[in-house]
Amino acid sequence: MSRRRGIPRWHGVAEFFIVFLAMAAIAAIILIFTFIAREALPLLWEKTETLERAHLVVPQLWHGYEEPVAVWQPVGKVPKYNILPLFVGTLKVTVLAMLISAPIGLASAVYLSHYASRRVREVVKPVIELLAGIPSVVLGFFGLMLIATWVHATFGFKYRLNGFVAAIALSVTIIPIIFTICEDALTAVPRPLIEGAIALGARTHQVALRVAIPAALPGIAAAMVLGFGRAIGETIVVLMASGNAAVVDLLDWSASVRTITATIAAELGEVPRGDEHWRVLFLLGSLLFLMTFLLNTFATFTVARLSARLRGETR
Amino acid sequence: MLPSRLALFTLACVPALLVACMSIDEVGGARASRDRRDKVTIRGSDTMVILAQRWAEVFMQSRDEASVQVSGGGSGTGITGLIDRTTDIATASRKAKDSERARVEAPCDAGTSRRKKLVETIVALDAVAVYVHDDNPIAALTLPQVKAIFRGHTTDWSALGLDLGPLVLYSRENNSGTYAFFKEVVLHDEDFAAEAQTLPGTSAVINAVSKDPGAIGYGGIGFATGARVVPILLPDGRTVSPSRENAANGTYPLTRPLFLYTVDEPAGLAKDYIEFALSEPGQALVEELGYFPLASERTP
Repeated sequence: MSRRRGIPRWHGVAEFFIVFLAMAAIAAIILIFTFIAREALPLLWEKTETLERAHLVVPQLWHGYEEPVAVWQPVGKVPKYNILPLFVGTLKVTVLAMLISAPIGLASAVYLSHYASRRVREVVKPVIELLAGIPSVVLGFFGLMLIATWVHATFGFKYRLNGFVAAIALSVTIIPIIFTICEDALTAVPRPLIEGAIALGARTHQVALRVAIPAALPGIAAAMVLGFGRAIGETIVVLMASGNAAVVDLLDWSASVRTITATIAAELGEVPRGDEHWRVLFLLGSLLFLMTFLLNTFATFTVARLSARLRGETR
Repeated sequence: MLPSRLALFTLACVPALLVACMSIDEVGGARASRDRRDKVTIRGSDTMVILAQRWAEVFMQSRDEASVQVSGGGSGTGITGLIDRTTDIATASRKAKDSERARVEAPCDAGTSRRKKLVETIVALDAVAVYVHDDNPIAALTLPQVKAIFRGHTTDWSALGLDLGPLVLYSRENNSGTYAFFKEVVLHDEDFAAEAQTLPGTSAVINAVSKDPGAIGYGGIGFATGARVVPILLPDGRTVSPSRENAANGTYPLTRPLFLYTVDEPAGLAKDYIEFALSEPGQALVEELGYFPLASERTP
């Protein structure tokens, strides 16, 4: 680094450290992925007696069944590692949790930024944000004991622990995320836009729905994606509240579900290192990592396009 | 500025990558120093954790300098601990699988050519019981009926003549020795129904069954409080419940041995502990906790 005139030497040193720290974060991500993939990839070429790669996703007609089925039963004389039930479970819980928390998070953000008086706002905002501070194991316990009992008594589902209970508990963890980011995005909408709308005679709901929300759309989209990412990766809540039965049924939300994260958490500590079961679990980890990574990339891209479009409209 | 940033990035990455690659093989390498005589770690079967704990308490009373640490997690966890050499004794409610045995016996250091040996000691008997809700009036079930229930072929209590609604199945996580035993002996290595909920630990199963009138679950007999044990109806027409006599003379079909595993013949404190478990006071504790002691000719 050549020294420029008038700049003290320690600036260069400081810059070095700052860049080093920033790069260390990137290096950490690369290393984590390398480690996980390293454990999973031998599945692709290693010859094993019991596991065929196609069996990971294609339903098989196993002994004792009448039709081809996708089952996750990795322990037994014939281990069955079909990962479809786990993907179905993850998707089901996550989508349901988003269906619950996206409207609540967005609506409370709109309320606080447009309707609430200053005093209400000063109380309610920190309280919602406090929800994010509840340890998820406590939420899991809450789901297991209280929400499960309540859902069982109210809806009379066959299973006490099911995807719906897990989704409710899960939405408590993601509502504060969606709320906080949406609220920030809505308050960041330029004052002149809002004042202009008011000056033209728009009512509060018109301002909120037709001016503030469209202008804050990139931020709102980012909030949804971050919430989704958090929900897909959340482990202990679903492990405790979902019943963990690997059922393949996309539509029945009263059925018990088993997610990818819960499977990894429940099984990884117990399998011998380097075993095919171990490798399949790492494969699941890599897929989860890739999913969130792609989701985030897609979101960044979409948010950038949205904001560009909005800038084009407002200028 | 760009080239210098790139250089910095590479600088940051290279040592980190090197360190990571070297240390990957050390994961799980927090090896318990097995020669330290004053401490022994025991890990494994959740079924056996209260038993191993109780043995440890009484054992330590007579040995002031000794420290015995007991933890659960499942039979698979204990044997994985032996493979990683992070535990001295593994408790298991099932026999070690061949793949696990091979891993334990594989020489872990290139320097030592001597092969290790996985040593198995049977320390007690356990009966796996079928549990239902306390108010469930079912008199007995045959093993084929239990199989049909846990395979998912029987889905409603009405098939068994009871008005209790749909059957709700509670099973164990697949690291459990009880899971493996039940799958092998009752299901004949066929799969559990996908709908069977998996719970961590036998007490969790009992707890869930005690809350749910339509529930059925299974687990070690040592936990039988809060739920009802269903006797098994044998093909010859006898009804057997998991009692000590029926377990000892082999008439109760879901009887299994409980094991302690060590790498090589146990030595030092681990040896004393296993000897204590097999001794008369040790076997008395087995009975006190609701498991079954070994038949008398096996106890010294």
